[in-house]
Amino acid sequence: MQRIGVFVCWCGSNIAGTVDVKAVAEALKNEPGVVFSTDYQYMCSQAGQDLIKNAVKEHNLTGIVVCSCSPRMHEATFRKTASAAGLNPYMVEIANIREQCSWVHKEMPLGTQKAIILGKAAVAKVNLNTPLTPGESPVTKRALVIGGGIAGIQTALDIADAGFPVDIVEKKPTIGGKMAQLDKTFPTLDCAACILTPKMVDVAQNENIRIFSYSEVEAVKGFVGNFEVKIKKKARFVDETKCTGCGACIEKCPQKKVPNEFNLGMDTRRAIYIPFAQAVPKVATIDPDYCNMLKNGKCGVCTKFCAAGAIDYKQKDEMIEEKYGAIVVATGFEPISMDKFDEFAYSQSKDVITSLEFERLTNAAGPTAGKLLRPSDGKHPEKIVFVQCVGSRCSACAEKGKEYCSKICCMYTAKHAMLTRDKYPDTEVTVFYIDVRTPGKNFDEFQRRAVEEYGVNYIKGMVGKITPEGDKLKVRGSDLIANKQIKIDADLVVLAAAIEPDKSARPLATMLTASMDTNDFFTEAHPKLRPVESPTAGVFLSGTCQGPKDIPETVSQAGAAASKVIGLLQKDKLVGNPCVASSDQLMCNGCSSCERVCPYGAISYEDKDFPGPNRTTKTRRVAVVNPAVCQGCGACTVACPSGAMDLSGFKNTQIMAEVDAICK
Amino acid sequence: MENKYLKDEVVRISGVDPKKCMRCGKCTATCPSFDEMEYHPHQFVYMVESGDIEPLLHSESLYKCLSCFACVDRCPRGVEPAKLVEAVKLSVIRQKESNRLKADDIAKYLDSDMPQQAIVSAFRKYSK
Repeated sequence: MQRIGVFVCWCGSNIAGTVDVKAVAEALKNEPGVVFSTDYQYMCSQAGQDLIKNAVKEHNLTGIVVCSCSPRMHEATFRKTASAAGLNPYMVEIANIREQCSWVHKEMPLGTQKAIILGKAAVAKVNLNTPLTPGESPVTKRALVIGGGIAGIQTALDIADAGFPVDIVEKKPTIGGKMAQLDKTFPTLDCAACILTPKMVDVAQNENIRIFSYSEVEAVKGFVGNFEVKIKKKARFVDETKCTGCGACIEKCPQKKVPNEFNLGMDTRRAIYIPFAQAVPKVATIDPDYCNMLKNGKCGVCTKFCAAGAIDYKQKDEMIEEKYGAIVVATGFEPISMDKFDEFAYSQSKDVITSLEFERLTNAAGPTAGKLLRPSDGKHPEKIVFVQCVGSRCSACAEKGKEYCSKICCMYTAKHAMLTRDKYPDTEVTVFYIDVRTPGKNFDEFQRRAVEEYGVNYIKGMVGKITPEGDKLKVRGSDLIANKQIKIDADLVVLAAAIEPDKSARPLATMLTASMDTNDFFTEAHPKLRPVESPTAGVFLSGTCQGPKDIPETVSQAGAAASKVIGLLQKDKLVGNPCVASSDQLMCNGCSSCERVCPYGAISYEDKDFPGPNRTTKTRRVAVVNPAVCQGCGACTVACPSGAMDLSGFKNTQIMAEVDAICK
Repeated sequence: MENKYLKDEVVRISGVDPKKCMRCGKCTATCPSFDEMEYHPHQFVYMVESGDIEPLLHSESLYKCLSCFACVDRCPRGVEPAKLVEAVKLSVIRQKESNRLKADDIAKYLDSDMPQQAIVSAFRKYSK
């Protein structure tokens, strides 16, 4: 039999105002197991805690019920108090008579009656409490960053700076991501390459960072502090350790007609290539889809010209297995496909381009060496129309657009319009907008400058139809303020395409058992208070994989994710939560119901031998819970049809005792 | 009260929720009948939403809409402005208690250049 002490808190007048605390203490005195019951003005104060400690000693208490505020507020406080008095901290129960009682009731008799019932339930539960001890697990002091864009780069640099080893896995042959493709960056108009490439070099030179480029994560096992990850290093048919990046092979490669994905297919590259001049690692890669030698064994020119002997046509994909303590997801975004927007004629005319294509057209390292020329005939465009919100804020057509605002388009469109007018004052630039959204430091000032100083023509309204006619694009849009339909014969149309998470994010989320929203953005543990952590312990989020954001925001989030990783890696051991599920293997029938509902992937199955009749053994499939992964949500205990699953600290018998006490 | 009743009727007949409109104007941008119409598709949506239906009842715009449904197709929010135009028109026809186009009249409008779609559309537009 337990010896339980009940401590009723007044919380000043917060509780005592609508609950007769003395009557509650008195009523709970007669409950089974209760040997001591009292009330006090502020139980969480030092004096209140001393009162509890003394009572534990004087009355040899084995369990404590504190009738006070929400356990979110002070459960930890009172568990510490119990520990200090020599009790197991899990022998403490909180009856929430503030948020769920005194604050929501106005009449004293009702409030008091409910407080007594809540107290009785807590007493009934403590009667069945058992001391619990949390387990410990070691921490592998190495982090994995998936994705080598600006988010991944910044996270890796910050973790490495704190002294921990980091690996970056990047699926492309070079790190740099989308930012490497941009021309200038708003609102200060620094050139993207000028601020990004030094960081890429820092990554390459950092002793704590390893880059697995042209590689992908294949499998993830384990749990926080102890992940085991399989990484596939795709064959690039060039020995990375030998290649000097001199480019002789590229010059001589006879296969010249490969669409250059770095320039979004607006020019061509060779079958052996380095994506751009500042690539990291600066190592050539052979594209097996176009290389004549790999396709039909007839060529081998690059081998002849490679002084370093780095070409290796027989190279195979390599599997790397490594252990990590923490994983950061930084998989980034892609602009959505414009193929389904027939009204904007993207597939019909080369002169209807996306904003990312416009970035390449104005970039000095792009297909036109920075001269703004129409893709169709290489002429200088005189009338340019920008269309915003193409596929963004689109709730009617889920198969082609996205319901959310892509956030970055208003600013980059203002940038494009401004830079065009700056460089080519003879061009007429029109922007069709629904709303101009510019929250951010110096953002609105930037957009206004495009209008007031650079004379960009902003029209409130959407474009309804674009028809290619001759060498012109007939643009029909509405001007809602003038209540007019506008017709413009444009030379070039730029579509601000919505952005969506990279396609690799969904399978990765499955591997990590990290949750995603309906748009395939990773979900945060808490949208406001834990924005860079996934609900899955040990998995962190950096950059646009979590939601649309610009570069300043991405870099801040990358740093925040890094600091969370550092906080985890500097621990030698992780103390677990002892309130985890476990399965009674004699009752488990291996039906998989629990595995299906577990949001954390904590449940697996094993075949186990059980004694059968007449000294035989029977092999059955039974559920096993990994206590380091289990977060104690209890979903499995409810789903289990045979009652085999139970949650320590919240056992089915305890919950039922509480219900009985309330319904008595 | 008249307006409130009319608005409810138009919303009920059309099955359209004008509150979904985010005022982008893509409907009006795309309307081939723009020059003919006194009130443009985005105005229909806005005026129905604010209960300002009286002027629409008397407007020729009701009969200038081609029922091409371009606005319905292009609307990014699924508002379907053309259905609102039809609903306002229907409430006018219902008040007058007669069809503007009767089945017997169709024969005299027919000629070989007329697409059958247009006849079906007209019949839908001008009948109760």
